[in-house]
Amino acid sequence: MSAPVEYILHLADNAVVLGQRNAEWCGHGPILEEDIAMGNVSLDYIGQARLLYQLAAARLGGDATEDKLAYFRDDTQFRNYTLLELPHNGPLVGYAVSNRDYATTITRNFLYGALMVLVWEALETSPDADLAAIAAKSLKEARYHLHHAADWLVRFGDGTDESHQRAQAAVDHLFVYTEEFWTPSAAEEAAVASGAGVDVRSLRAAWDAIVNDTLTEATLVRPEVRGYITEGKQGRHSEHLSYLLGEMQGLARAHPGATW
Amino acid sequence: MSSVVAQVWATLEPLTDPEIPVVTLRELGILRDVTETAEGVEVVITPTYTGCPAMGQIEDDVKACLTQAGIAARVVTRLAPAWTTDWMSDEAKEKLRAYGIAPPHTTRPAVSVVKFMRHRPAPEAVACPRCGSTHTAVSSQFGSTACKALYKCLDCQEPFDYFKPY
Repeated sequence: MSAPVEYILHLADNAVVLGQRNAEWCGHGPILEEDIAMGNVSLDYIGQARLLYQLAAARLGGDATEDKLAYFRDDTQFRNYTLLELPHNGPLVGYAVSNRDYATTITRNFLYGALMVLVWEALETSPDADLAAIAAKSLKEARYHLHHAADWLVRFGDGTDESHQRAQAAVDHLFVYTEEFWTPSAAEEAAVASGAGVDVRSLRAAWDAIVNDTLTEATLVRPEVRGYITEGKQGRHSEHLSYLLGEMQGLARAHPGATW
Repeated sequence: MSSVVAQVWATLEPLTDPEIPVVTLRELGILRDVTETAEGVEVVITPTYTGCPAMGQIEDDVKACLTQAGIAARVVTRLAPAWTTDWMSDEAKEKLRAYGIAPPHTTRPAVSVVKFMRHRPAPEAVACPRCGSTHTAVSSQFGSTACKALYKCLDCQEPFDYFKPY
């Protein structure tokens, strides 16, 4: 029983886009330890993306490779959540020393990390043995990422007035994008129909519990969200993805097939 | 064990981790299996962390070592069962400690993530590899390589790496 390739690409695109985004902190971390942490988290995400792209390429056959899937698909072909492509600047940031806001980075990693622990837990027992093997490996990393992000969110929320204000602003800014998690795409529906995927809606109660508990501990307020639901996982993205891919894909496209 | 399989194990025995040269690939559990198939000898390795940059180097090292010994073998990467630090022998853990890296504790049984977040377990005490004191603190959950976290000893004041249970 095999998960559809479109579904594997959705998982891979999520990982590569957030990996690339978080890697922007490399050399610019707010403190040295977090610079190293974001580098490590990014490596894990890019590692997961590689395994998933390799699996997708093997199933597509022909001349498909992991590099072609990562570097030679255009923005509208990517199936990642819009949440993951947004830049690091939150609503309160644009000050002289940085256009990145670590509270935004941490909040996104937390909201997405809580989802992925649940997704990988479910896929660990997928009848698609290749996907289950990737899930079992990724789950260990996802647990560690969630722990890290939750710790920092509590530190920010329950920290100083400034860190609390920034964390709450990041939560208010990003929360609406998580609505996209719960509206299955055609690829997700096909994965559920194949028996190899997970119905995201079945994970919502557990995600709510993790998020509500952590926000409470962090003295942060979960915002009411309504309105437009983003559709990145269906290929309808914000402009930010195009710039991100421009940087990520530029070298590979300028020198196709280059090795060193 | 056939003589060729034994020969491959013996040939690969000296290979160590590129980042932690005191433990061998076999001791770390990266070198999983050597089998004789209809198509020849197959060497099975498994990745530690999905993005660990050392994995490419390790695969190259294994291939080069086999080529140098004149052994024709295929190197296969297998993901399942997922690598765990629990595969590390006590002997390997002692080598890590002597090298200055606090060895990993045995992993705890996985609990549901909701429970895990609600009742976060107190971190286990990690003994300083220099002075043995368990009066230590986490500096950073991430360290110099994917497999390590950064700690400091509050008694002898030395910073040290802790090999994360995984």
